[in-house]
Amino acid sequence: MSTNDIAQTIREKALWMRRRAFTMVFDARLGHPGGDFSAIDIIATLYFGVMRYDPKKPEMAERDRFIMSKGHATGALYTGLCAAGYFPEDWLNTYMQPQSKLNGHPNRNYLPGVETNTGPLGHGVPVALGIAIAGQLTNADYRTFVLTGDGELQEGSNWEAAMTAGNRKLGKLTLIVDRNRLQQGMGTEETNGLDPLDDKFRAFGWDVEMVDGHDVDALLTALSEPAGGRTKPLCIIANTIKGKGVSFMENIASWHHGVPNAEQHTTALEELI
Amino acid sequence: MAAPAVKQDGLHDCRDAWARTIEDLAAQDPRIVVVVNDSVGSSKLGGFQKKHADRLINVGIAEQNMVGVSAGLANGGRIPFVSAASCFLTGRALEQVKADVAYANFNVKLVGQSSGVAYGELGPTHHSIEDFAWLRPLNNISIVVPADAWETAEAVKWAASHEGPVYIRLSRMPVPDLEVADRKFAHGKAELVRDGSDVTLIACGTMVHLAAKAAADLEAEGISARVLNMGTITPLDEAAIASAAHETGAIVTIEEANIHGGLGGAVAEYTASSEPVPVERMGFPGFVPTGSVEWLFDHFGLTAEGIARTARKAIGRKRA
Ligand SMILES: Cc1ncc(C[n+]2csc(CCOP(=O)(O)OP(=O)(O)O)c2C)c(N)n1
Ligand SMILES: [Mg+2]
Repeated sequence: MSTNDIAQTIREKALWMRRRAFTMVFDARLGHPGGDFSAIDIIATLYFGVMRYDPKKPEMAERDRFIMSKGHATGALYTGLCAAGYFPEDWLNTYMQPQSKLNGHPNRNYLPGVETNTGPLGHGVPVALGIAIAGQLTNADYRTFVLTGDGELQEGSNWEAAMTAGNRKLGKLTLIVDRNRLQQGMGTEETNGLDPLDDKFRAFGWDVEMVDGHDVDALLTALSEPAGGRTKPLCIIANTIKGKGVSFMENIASWHHGVPNAEQHTTALEELI
Repeated sequence: MAAPAVKQDGLHDCRDAWARTIEDLAAQDPRIVVVVNDSVGSSKLGGFQKKHADRLINVGIAEQNMVGVSAGLANGGRIPFVSAASCFLTGRALEQVKADVAYANFNVKLVGQSSGVAYGELGPTHHSIEDFAWLRPLNNISIVVPADAWETAEAVKWAASHEGPVYIRLSRMPVPDLEVADRKFAHGKAELVRDGSDVTLIACGTMVHLAAKAAADLEAEGISARVLNMGTITPLDEAAIASAAHETGAIVTIEEANIHGGLGGAVAEYTASSEPVPVERMGFPGFVPTGSVEWLFDHFGLTAEGIARTARKAIGRKRA
C-alpha cells in the first residue's frame, strides 16, 4: 500500500470508530466520548499504519505493544481493537452490560489485545516502561506505545517512569500525550498547568515531537522509527481537540463523560460522514 | 466520571447533604479548606467553589499529593476536608493516608465519594470495596459511614468539631431517610433501627435500608430481627455487638464492601474472641463482574430477600 492509501484507510477506520463509539455510549448511557474522540485518530494510526501485531496471536512475544493509559476512553480502545480484528463486532453491543467483557475500563483478562488493566490514571507509563525494559534485556525488536491523557500527567507516577526511561535510554518506548488541554472538570492549565510540556520531557532525557493529533500524515511520520532506531525514548505531544468531529462536543469539558440524547446522537452521526 | 443518575421521589443523594454542610461550616469557620483532585463536580462542590474559591485547593489528578498536602494544611492550622472518589483517595494515596495522616496523627478529614460499587459499570478499578480493610488497621482514623442525608450532614459537622483523622464514606446512590424516632447523632454508637430477639442485622451505609426492609419481611414470617445501623466502624461499638450476641444469638453483617476486613470482619473479630455466635457476612467476595449497581446488588444477594435468607441461615446455625 502507498502511504496515501494507508492514510486513507486510517481515516476510514477512524470515522467508523467514532460512529461506533458514539452509539456505544448512547446505548450504554455511560462513557467518555470527549476523550474517545480526541484519541481515535492516534489509535487508528497505530493499529492501521504503525504497529506489528497479529490479532489471531495476541500473546505473540514479538508483537508491538499498545497501552491505553487513559483507560476511561474505552469507546476509542474497544472500537480500535475490534477494527484490528481482536474480537467480533457484536461484542461492542455489550458495552458495560452485566457480565460484559467490555467493562467501562479495559481488563486484559476479558479481552485479547488489552495489554494491562487501566482506569486509575497514571498507571500506563510505568507498565509500558517495564515492557520496554524487558525488551531491552532480551534484545527484542518490539516497540512499546503508551497513550496518556494530558490531565493524567498531573500524576507523579508518570514522572517517576519518565525519569527511569530517560536514564535507561529506552529508544523503543514511545509515549503519546493526548494534549486536548481539558481534564474532567475544566482546562489543564487552570487546574494544574503542564506547559511547557515539551521542555519537561526533554529535561527528563526524551526526544520530543509536537504534532497535530488529528493529522494522520503527521502522526505517521512522527510514529515511524528512523533507520538505526532511537537512542532516547520518544514523547509525541499530540495536540488534539476533545470531542473532535462533532461540532457541539468540541472543546466542551462536560462531554468528558457526557451522554448524548437521541437528537444529539442523530446529529452527531450526520456530521460523522 | 460517569455514573447512573437515578432520581426518585423521597430519595436523596448524600453528596448534596455533604456539599450543603461543608459550605455552611466553611462560612462559620475560616480554618476549613477543601482539597480535591479534579473532583469538584463529582463531589458536588460547585457551590463551595463559588462561595469560597480561595479555600478550594484543586491539586489536579494527583491523589498522593492531595493527601500529603492536606497533612501540611493541618500542620498549618487549617482543617482540611479531602474530597475525592473513595477508590482513589484510599487506594492511590494509601501510604500518605497511613504515614502522613494516621501515623503523624494530623487533623485531616478524608471524604470518600461514590464508594462501594457506585461506579458499577466502570469496574473494579473504580469500585471502593477494599477501603474498610485498608483503613481499619489505621485505628486512629475514625471510619464513619452515614446511611442517609441527615446522618451525612451530622457526620460532617461532627468531623469538623473533632480533633483527629476521620474517614467519612459516602455513596452517590439515592437513599431514603432512615425512619427512626428522635434521632441523635452519636459517634461511635450503633443506632437501633428496630429491635428484635431472634437475630441481629448489622449494616452500614446504603445497606441499612435493605436490612430494615428484610427485618420487616422477616416479621411477617414470625422472625424477630434486630437492626443496627453501625454508622461508625472505628471505633467499633462493642457493647452493642455484645448485647446483640447475648440477646439474639446470631448476627448477619451487611456492607457495600468486600467481606474481608470490613464491617463483617470487625464484628467477626470481636465476637470470635469475646462473644462467639454465628456470624454471616454479606458483601462482595472480591473483584466483581461488570454491571450496574442494581445488577451487582442483586447478583450478590444484597437485597431484602437475600438478607432475609441469610438471616434464616444464621438462625439455623445457632447451637441448640
Ligand atoms: C487516579 C485517578 N484519579 C481520578 C480519576 C478520575 N478521572 C477519570 S478521567 C479524568 C480526567 C482525565 O483527563 P485527561 O487525562 O486529560 O484525559 P482526557 O482529556 O483525554 O479524557 C479523571 C480525573 C481516575 N480515573 N484516576
Ligand atoms: Mg485531556
